[in-house]
Amino acid sequence: MSEKNIFDEMWGTDEVLRGPYSEFQSWFQDEDLKRLRAKQREAEEVFRLAGITFNVYGRAEAEERLIPFDIIPRIIAGREWQRLCKGIEQRVRAINAFLHDIYNRQEIIKAGRVPQEMIAKNEAFLPQMIGMTPPGGVYTHIVGIDLVRTGPDQFYVLEDNARTPSGVSYMLENRETMLQMFPELFSRNRVQPVQNYPVNLRRSLAACAPPACDGPPTVAVLTPGIYNSAYYEHAFLADQMGVELVEGHDLRVVNGRVAMRTTHGYKPIDVLYRRIDDDFLDPLNFNPESALGVPGIMDVYRAGGITIANAPGTGIADDKAIYSYMPDIVEFYTGEKAILENVPTWRCSEPDSLAYVLDNLSELVVKEVHGSGGYGMLIGPTSSKKEIEEFRKKLTARPGNYIAQPTLALSTVPIFTKSGLAPRHVDLRPFVLCSPEGIDITPGGLTRVALEKGSLVVNSSQGGGTKDTWVLED
Amino acid sequence: MLGKTANGLYWMSRYLERAENTSRLVETGQRIGLTRLGQDDDEWASVMRSASVLAGYEEHHDEVTKDAAINWMLREKANPASVLSTISEARQNARMVRTALTHEVWEAINGCYMAVKDALARKVSERDLPAVLGLIRQRTALVRGATHGTMLRNDIYDFTRLGTFLERADATARILDVKYYVLLPSAFAVGSSIDNVHWETILRSVSARGGFRMAYGSQVNARDIAQFLILDKRMPRSLNFCATKIHNNLSYLGADYDTPPQSSLMAKALVDRFMNHDIEAVFDYGLHEYIQTVLSMLSKLGQQIEKDYRFYE
Repeated sequence: MSEKNIFDEMWGTDEVLRGPYSEFQSWFQDEDLKRLRAKQREAEEVFRLAGITFNVYGRAEAEERLIPFDIIPRIIAGREWQRLCKGIEQRVRAINAFLHDIYNRQEIIKAGRVPQEMIAKNEAFLPQMIGMTPPGGVYTHIVGIDLVRTGPDQFYVLEDNARTPSGVSYMLENRETMLQMFPELFSRNRVQPVQNYPVNLRRSLAACAPPACDGPPTVAVLTPGIYNSAYYEHAFLADQMGVELVEGHDLRVVNGRVAMRTTHGYKPIDVLYRRIDDDFLDPLNFNPESALGVPGIMDVYRAGGITIANAPGTGIADDKAIYSYMPDIVEFYTGEKAILENVPTWRCSEPDSLAYVLDNLSELVVKEVHGSGGYGMLIGPTSSKKEIEEFRKKLTARPGNYIAQPTLALSTVPIFTKSGLAPRHVDLRPFVLCSPEGIDITPGGLTRVALEKGSLVVNSSQGGGTKDTWVLED
Repeated sequence: MLGKTANGLYWMSRYLERAENTSRLVETGQRIGLTRLGQDDDEWASVMRSASVLAGYEEHHDEVTKDAAINWMLREKANPASVLSTISEARQNARMVRTALTHEVWEAINGCYMAVKDALARKVSERDLPAVLGLIRQRTALVRGATHGTMLRNDIYDFTRLGTFLERADATARILDVKYYVLLPSAFAVGSSIDNVHWETILRSVSARGGFRMAYGSQVNARDIAQFLILDKRMPRSLNFCATKIHNNLSYLGADYDTPPQSSLMAKALVDRFMNHDIEAVFDYGLHEYIQTVLSMLSKLGQQIEKDYRFYE
C-alpha cells in the first residue's frame, strides 16, 4: 500500500484542493506558523485546566493524562454527511430490531441468517434479558458507529459501539475550544452545531421513562467513580444535562424502585444512564464481586421500575463476531440492502477462513472478538516477524476468539506539526441517540487521529489524538 | 442533593481551609524565627502543635528542626494535613462533586492544585519560601472568590460554608488552646518582650494584626486578644463569627425539614451558651476549659451534620 493511493480529505488523491476545505485553506495560507504553535499550546492549557483527562489503566499510580488535541479541523461537506446519516440510521434501527428479536422470538436464527451458536455461546448474550422488552422498546439509547473512509464516497463501518460508547465529551469540548481559539474560522464556514447534544441526550433518555415513573422523569448518570478512565466524561455529561452523577454506593432498592441517597433521604430514579459494564451492574444477578453496581437493580428493571440505558445485553449486537453478520442483519430487519458497508471480515472460527488468515497474517488486521481499545490486536503490515509468529500461536490455540480484516487504506487529514500541515490517518465516531421519538445523529462526531506518521492506530490508549469535526451547511 | 455530594462539598472546603491555615502557620513560624534573637527551633514545635501535626511529625523525626518542620507542614505525603495532601484531597473531593460546582470554581480548584503541586514538587528553599506561601495564599483565595462570585446561594453553597467555618473554628480554637496560658490575665508581667512574641504569633496565625489594630488600637494586651479571637463578631476567624455562620447555614438547610435536624439545635446551643457573653465570663468559666468544651462541641457537631445529611448512609 503506497502513500500515493491514500485518499486525503483535504487534497484527494491528486493534490487538488477539495471543496469543504477551500475556506480553511485560504485562511491557513495567511496564518503565521508561530501564532498557530502558540494556539496549539494554549489549547493544551485549556484542556489541562478544565481537567479533561483520562486515566491510563495498567499503571501503578492512577495517572491523569491529556488526550492530544490537534487544532486543525476535519471538514466534511453537508451532502457527504447526509448520505452517511441515512446509513447510520438504518444500521441503528437494525441493531435495535436485532436485539429485540434475539431476546424474544429469535426469528433471525429460525430464518438461518445468523447461526444459533453465535448467540447461545456468546458471552455478551444475557439470559436475564430473555423475554424482556425495555421501556419504549429501546435497547441502545446511545450508539457510536466507528467509520473509516477510503475514498470520496467510500465509508466502511469498522465497528458498532452499542454498550456504553465514550468520547462524546471530547466532541463537545473540542468544539468549545475551537470556538474560543479560532472564532474567525467559524465566521468563514457555516459549521453545523453539536452543542445540543446534552439537551438531546436528556430528552431522549427521559422519553424512555419506565411505567413506574409518575411525573417528570428523574435521570441520573451512574459512574464507577473518579478513578475510572472516563470519569471526566461522566461528570461532564451529568453536569451538562443537569442531573445527578451517582455511584453504586449512592443507590439502593427502596420500595421496588432504585433510589439515590439524598440529603433528604432516598429518592427514586426513573432513567439511569449507566457507564459501567453489564457484569458490574448488579451483584445479585451478575458478578457477585461487583461493588460498583446496585444489588437487585435487574429485578426492578424487569418489573418496570427503572430504565437502564443502554439496556443490559446490548453487547451481543456490537460483538466483533456478530459484526460480520451485520449486512444480513440490516437486510433482514429493514428489507433493504445495507447502505453502509462492512469491512470484509474473515471469521477465524471457520476452518477455510482461518487457513486464509494464517497464510496472510502479514497483510491483515486480526482482532480479538471481545477486545476493545486497540488492545490484543495484530496489525500485520506494521508488525515484526516475531510479533506475527507469536500472534500465530495465540490464533491457532483459540481461533474462535479472533476475526481478521484486510488493512484498509484509511483516509488522512492534515494535522498541525512543527513544520506545518502533515497528513495522518483518522477514523470517525458519530454519536447517535435513540428514543421512541426517533433517531438523532449529532452532525460530526469524534475524529480520532493517529499522530505518528503512517500509523493506523487511532486509539487514545495507544497514543492517538482527537480533532474537531465539522459538518458544513451546504 | 446526594448525601455523597454534600459530603464532598463539605470536605472540599474543609481541606481548602486547612491548607490555608497550615500555610499561614508556616508563615508565622518563619517570620517569628527570623525576627527573634537566638537560634533555637523551639517555636516550630509550638507551630506544629497549633496545626495539630506535631504528633505525626514526631513519629517520623527524632528532633524538631525548622527545615524538617516546614517540609512536614508543606509537602510531606505522610502528613495528611500538609498543604500538598490537603489541596490534593480538596481537589479529589471537587472532582467527585464536579457537577455541583460552577465551571469557575472547578477551574480555580484544579488550577490551585496544579500550581501548588508544581511549587511543592521539590523541597522549598528558604529563599523561595515567601513566594511559595504567597502562591498558596493567592490560589486558595481565587477558589474562595470564585465560590463567592459564581455559586448559587443554595444548599450546595451551605455545605461548602459549613465545611469552611467548622474547619476555621477548629483551627482558631486550637491556636488558642496551644497559647491559652499567655492570654490568662495573670500570666505574665504586662509588656514584657516575651509576651509580644506570643501575641504577635497568635495574631499572625489568624492573619489579623491589621484587623486587631483597627479594632483595638496599637496597645496589645491579653484580654483584648482573647476578646478578639473568641467573641468579636467582626473578626472572620473568631469563634463567635464562625459559630454564628455555622448556625446560619444549618438554619437555611434545616428550613426544608419539618422538624429541624439535631445539628441545627446543637449549633444554636453552641452560639447561645458560649458566644453571647463578654470575655470576663469566659475567664470566669476558665479559658482552658472553655476552649476544650468548644473544641469538643465542634467535633460532635461535625459528626451530627454527617448523620443528619446522610453523608455516608
